[in-house]
Amino acid sequence: MTIEQPISLAPAERALRVIGGDLTEKSLRLHLEGLSGVDAVGLEQRAAGLATRSIKTTSKAWALDRIIELIDLTTLEGADTPGKVRSLVAKAMTPDPGDPTTPRVAAVCVYGDMVPAAIDALGAAHGDPDDGLISIAAVATAFPSGRASLRVKLADTADAVAAGADEIDMVIDRGAFLSGQYGKVFEEIVAVKEACRRADGSYASLKVILETGELNTYDNVRRASWLGILAGGDFIKTSTGKVAPAATLPVTLLMLEVVRDWHRLTGEFVGVKPAGGIRASKDAIRYLVTVAETVGEHWLQPHLFRFGASSLLNDVLLQRQKLSTGRYSGPDYVTID
Amino acid sequence: MSRLSIPKTYKLYIGGAFPRSESGRSYEVLAANGDFLANAALASRKDARDAVVAARGAQSGWAGATAYNRAQVLYRIAELLEGRRAQFVDELASSEGLTAAVAGRQVDEAIDTWVWYAGWCDKFAQISGSGNPVAGPFFNISVPEPTGVVAIVAPQGTESLLGFVSVVAPALVAGNTVVVVASQQYPLSAISLAEVFATSDVPGGVVNVLTGSPAELAPWLASHADVNALDLTGAGDLDWVELQISAADTLKRVIEPEPGVPGRSLDRVVAFTETKTVWHTKALI
Amino acid sequence: MVKDIEPTTGTGFLQYAPAPESTSILHLKDSYGLFIDGEFVDGSGTPFSTISPATEKKIAEIATASPEDVDRAVAAARRAHDKTWSKLSGSDRGKYLFRIARLVQERARELAVAESLDNGKPIKESRDVDVPLVAAWFFYYAGWADKLDYAGLGANPRSLGVAAQVIPWNFPLLMLAWKIAPALAAGNTVVLKPAETTPLTALIFAEIVQQADLPPGVINIITGAGQTGATLVRHPDVNKVAFTGSTAVGREIAKAVAGTGKKVTLELGGKAANIVFDDAPIDQAIEGIVNGIFFNQGHVCCAGSRLLVQENIHAEVVERLKDRLTTLRLGDPLDKNTDIGAINSAEQLARIKMLSDVGEEEGADRWTAPCVIPENGFWFAPTIFDNVSTSSRIAREEIFGPVLSVLTFRTPAEAIAKANNTPYGLSAGIWTDKGSKILAVADKLRAGVIWANTFNRFDPSSPFGGYKESGYGREGGRHGLAAYLKGASK
Repeated sequence: MTIEQPISLAPAERALRVIGGDLTEKSLRLHLEGLSGVDAVGLEQRAAGLATRSIKTTSKAWALDRIIELIDLTTLEGADTPGKVRSLVAKAMTPDPGDPTTPRVAAVCVYGDMVPAAIDALGAAHGDPDDGLISIAAVATAFPSGRASLRVKLADTADAVAAGADEIDMVIDRGAFLSGQYGKVFEEIVAVKEACRRADGSYASLKVILETGELNTYDNVRRASWLGILAGGDFIKTSTGKVAPAATLPVTLLMLEVVRDWHRLTGEFVGVKPAGGIRASKDAIRYLVTVAETVGEHWLQPHLFRFGASSLLNDVLLQRQKLSTGRYSGPDYVTID
Repeated sequence: MSRLSIPKTYKLYIGGAFPRSESGRSYEVLAANGDFLANAALASRKDARDAVVAARGAQSGWAGATAYNRAQVLYRIAELLEGRRAQFVDELASSEGLTAAVAGRQVDEAIDTWVWYAGWCDKFAQISGSGNPVAGPFFNISVPEPTGVVAIVAPQGTESLLGFVSVVAPALVAGNTVVVVASQQYPLSAISLAEVFATSDVPGGVVNVLTGSPAELAPWLASHADVNALDLTGAGDLDWVELQISAADTLKRVIEPEPGVPGRSLDRVVAFTETKTVWHTKALI
Repeated sequence: MVKDIEPTTGTGFLQYAPAPESTSILHLKDSYGLFIDGEFVDGSGTPFSTISPATEKKIAEIATASPEDVDRAVAAARRAHDKTWSKLSGSDRGKYLFRIARLVQERARELAVAESLDNGKPIKESRDVDVPLVAAWFFYYAGWADKLDYAGLGANPRSLGVAAQVIPWNFPLLMLAWKIAPALAAGNTVVLKPAETTPLTALIFAEIVQQADLPPGVINIITGAGQTGATLVRHPDVNKVAFTGSTAVGREIAKAVAGTGKKVTLELGGKAANIVFDDAPIDQAIEGIVNGIFFNQGHVCCAGSRLLVQENIHAEVVERLKDRLTTLRLGDPLDKNTDIGAINSAEQLARIKMLSDVGEEEGADRWTAPCVIPENGFWFAPTIFDNVSTSSRIAREEIFGPVLSVLTFRTPAEAIAKANNTPYGLSAGIWTDKGSKILAVADKLRAGVIWANTFNRFDPSSPFGGYKESGYGREGGRHGLAAYLKGASK
C-alpha cells in the first residue's frame, strides 16, 4: 500500500474555512467520515413522532398557504414543449382562478432548454418570490442521471444561466460518491457553482441534488449533505423525482439537522428542498412541522425551503376549498396544468 | 315454488385473486350422496408455477411483518371463520356426508386449531431460539427464520377442512408463504377458506390454493427450484418417495406423509424455519 | 436573499392552534363501586374522589374497599379459581383473553381519553403507546394460555391460585394489563387494586370484562388507598403477590409476606443511567435522552434520570439538549400536540419541587425549559441539572418527575462504574455507534433492561424487571408467564 499523494481540490471558501490547511481528497474524506453517525431506527422514530402533530384551524390555514408559497411547480418530461411550459406558468401565477386569495408558488422548475419559454410566459411576474414574484429554476448537469463529462455538465449549466434561470438544480455524481471519490464530487459542485456566476458577478442560486434514494444509507446522506454545503451549495435537495424512493420525511429531517448544525457552526443559512413523492397536503404539512421544530420557523421561507412538486398543489387547493366552503371538494374544481 | 338458488363458482386462489385454471379445465365435485355439487378448477402445472411466483413475491413482506402483526392476521382469519361457521358446516355436511353436529365439531376444531397456531407467532422464537453461552468474548444468539415458500399436499380424505387448516396454519406462523394442493375429492371448503383469507387482511400471495389432482401437480412442486420446503402430509397415496427424491435435487426440507389429519404441534412450525446464529464481538477497549 | 423573519410568539406557526381530543366519547358514571364477582357493588369504606390533575376538577366518586370488602373479593376469586377457572381448558382461557384484547382495541380511543383525563399524561402517549400495548399484552398472553407446557416448568404446570395485584398510577391501564394477562393465562384468578389517583381506566376495564362475559370472580377490581392495598397483600388466602410501586412499599410487602409461602414479584423504583459515548449517533442520542426522562413526565420507574455523558462532548450534548427542549409543549393533556402533561398529584409535585430545591442547594446548575405553566393543575416544566456528581442526592434518589441529572465520565469503565453505583438496577441506556462496545457495556451493567440506541421500548414478549432494590421477578415474555405457575410436581 502506497502513501497517497495529497490531491489538492479546487478552492471552495466554506471548505477551506472549516477543514483548514491544505484541502485534499484525504482531508475531505477524514472530515466527512468524522461526522456523527445516524441511527436509522431513531431517526425514523423521530420523524414519525413529528408526523403525529395535529395541525388544525388557523394553523392549518396558514400552513396550506405557506406550502403553496414554497412550491417549485415542476415539469421535467421529455415531452415538454413551450406550450406545456406556458400552461405550467399560468397555473403557477394563478393556482386557483376561482379564489383570488390563493398565493403564488415560489418558482417554476423546468429543463434548461425550456427556460426561455418560461421567461416568456412569466413576463412581469418573473422575479424574487420574496417580492411576490416567481423565480425560474432549471435542472442542469445532465439531469437526472448526471452521467456525462464535466464539460457537458458545465455547458448545460452555463446555458441555463445565460438563458436567464435564477436557480440551478444540479445532480451530484452518485457513482463517484458511492465509490468513495468525495474529492471528485466536491470539485464538480465547485465548478458548477462557478458556472452559475453571471457577467455582473451575481450567482444563480445552486441547489445540490443528492438523489438520496441511490445513496441508500442515512450516513451517506449526512456526508453528501455536508459535502454539498462545503462545496458551496445554497440548497441541498433530496431527489430528482425520477428515482424511488424520492423525498421521505426521515431523510428530510436528517438534511434539516445538517443545515441546523452548519448554522450552529458558521452562522450561515443553507436551504433544504425535498422533491418527489409529496402529493398530499397532509404530508406537506408534516414537512413544515419538521422544519419548524428542527431548524426553526425562520426556515419556512422561499430562500430556505422548497417543495419540489407538481400534483401537491392541487391537493392543497382542494384543502383550501374545504376550509373556505366547509364541504369536501373534487378534481373538477381544480385546474390541470 | 321454492326460490331458485345461485350456485357458487369455485376457482383457484392465487396472488389474492380467484382465477380459473389457465388450462380452462375443471372437474366434477360430487356430494357424498352422488349429487353434483360444483365444478372445481382442475389446476395445471402452469397454475402451480404462477402460485409459486405469487408466493415468492409475497414472502419477504409477510416475513418482514412483525410477529404481532402476523398473529393478528391469523387470529382475524379465525374470527371470520367463526362468523361463517354455518356456511362451512353446510358445505362439509353435504360434501362429506356428515350430520350438522359432526360437521360442526370439525369446523370448531378447525377454528380452535387456527387460534392455537396464531398464538405461536410472537412466542415460538422464545422456545426455539436462544442466547448461547459461547466460550469467548462474543454475543451469540440463535433465532428461527422462515424458510421461504412451502408447497403442501393437504390431507386428501374426509375432515377436509380440519386437514387443510392443520397443514396450512403452522407453515404461516414463522413467515413462510404457502402453495397448497387441496383434497381432490373434497376441495370446496379449501376454496371457501380462501375467501376468508381474501377478506382477513392476509396479503395476496401468502396463501395460494390449488384444486385438482395432487398426482399431476405435486411432481412440479417437488422439483420446483423456487420452493424451499415440501410438506407431503397428504401425499400418502402418491408415489411420494419419488417426490422426495425429486425434492432432494434442490435440497428441499421435506415432511413425509402421515395418515389422516395431523395433530397440533410446535414441530410443524419449527420444521419450516432455519436457525440463524449471529456472533458479535464484545469489547470495551 | 434570505429574509429576516422573526419567529413571533403570538402568531408564529409553532404556536399550533388547539387540537383537542374530545371527551364526548366517554360515558362516565358519577360514582363507581367495587367490581367483585362480576358486578359493581358498593364499598363499605369512605368514598373518595378522583380528579383531573390538569384542571383539579372532580371526575367521579370512587369507592373504598374496607377489609370486609377485601375478604369478599378474595373469596370471590378463590371460588372462581377452584370451581371455574382452573377447570377450563387453556384454549378457553385464551379465548376470553382474546375477547378482552379485541374489546380494548374496539374501545381504544375511549380508554386513551379516560387515561389522559385521570392520569394527566398526554393523549398522544395514551393513544399511541399505552392503549396499544394494553391490547398487545392481552393478545400475547392469550396465546400462551393453551401452551403452558412450553413455559419452562415442564409438562402440566399449575396455576398458583389467587393473585393479589397492586399497581401504580404512572401507567394505570398498562400496569393492569401487565398483571392480569399473564395471571389469567396461567389459570390464576385475581384481585387487583389500582392506585387511588388513577382508578378510572381500571373501572372502565371492569365494564369490558363484563362485555367479554368472563366468568364472575375471575377478575376483581377493588379501589382504595394504601390501606386497602396493604390489607389485600396480607390476606391469608392469597397465593401470589404482584406489586409495582415504590421501593419503600415494596420493602414492606417483602417483609409482610416472609414465611407465608406466598410467591412475590416486585417491580420497584429506579435511577437509570443513560450513557452517551462520544461516538453516539448524536441527534438520535438527544432524542433518546429526551424520551428517557421526559416521556410520561418522567413518571417512569425505568426513566433515564441520570445522563452519563462522555466528558469530551458534555458541553455540546447539553447545548443540543436545551435546544431540543424548546420545542416541547407542556399543557392540556387532551390536546393532541401536548408533549408534557400534568404531574399526577399535588403530592408528587411537592416531592419533585422539594428534590429540585435540594439539587440547587447541592450546587448543580439548574436549567428549566421555557414552558408556559397553566393556572390550575399540577405542572412542572422539564428541568436539567448540569454538573451533578455521584454524591449528590439528586443523582441517587428517584425523583419521578421531568428532572434530568447530568454527570460526566471519561472512559467506558468509568461509565459502567458510575452507572452501577446505585442500589437500584432497573434499566440503562447505551448510546454509541460501535456494536462491540454496546455488547460489552451491556454485559457489565447491573440492570434488568438495557436499551442500546433507543429507550423506553416495551413489548409483551420482552421480559421487564430489575436487579437489586429495583425488585425481583420479570413481567413480559415467557418469564412473565412462569411467574404465575408452579411445576406439576410442586
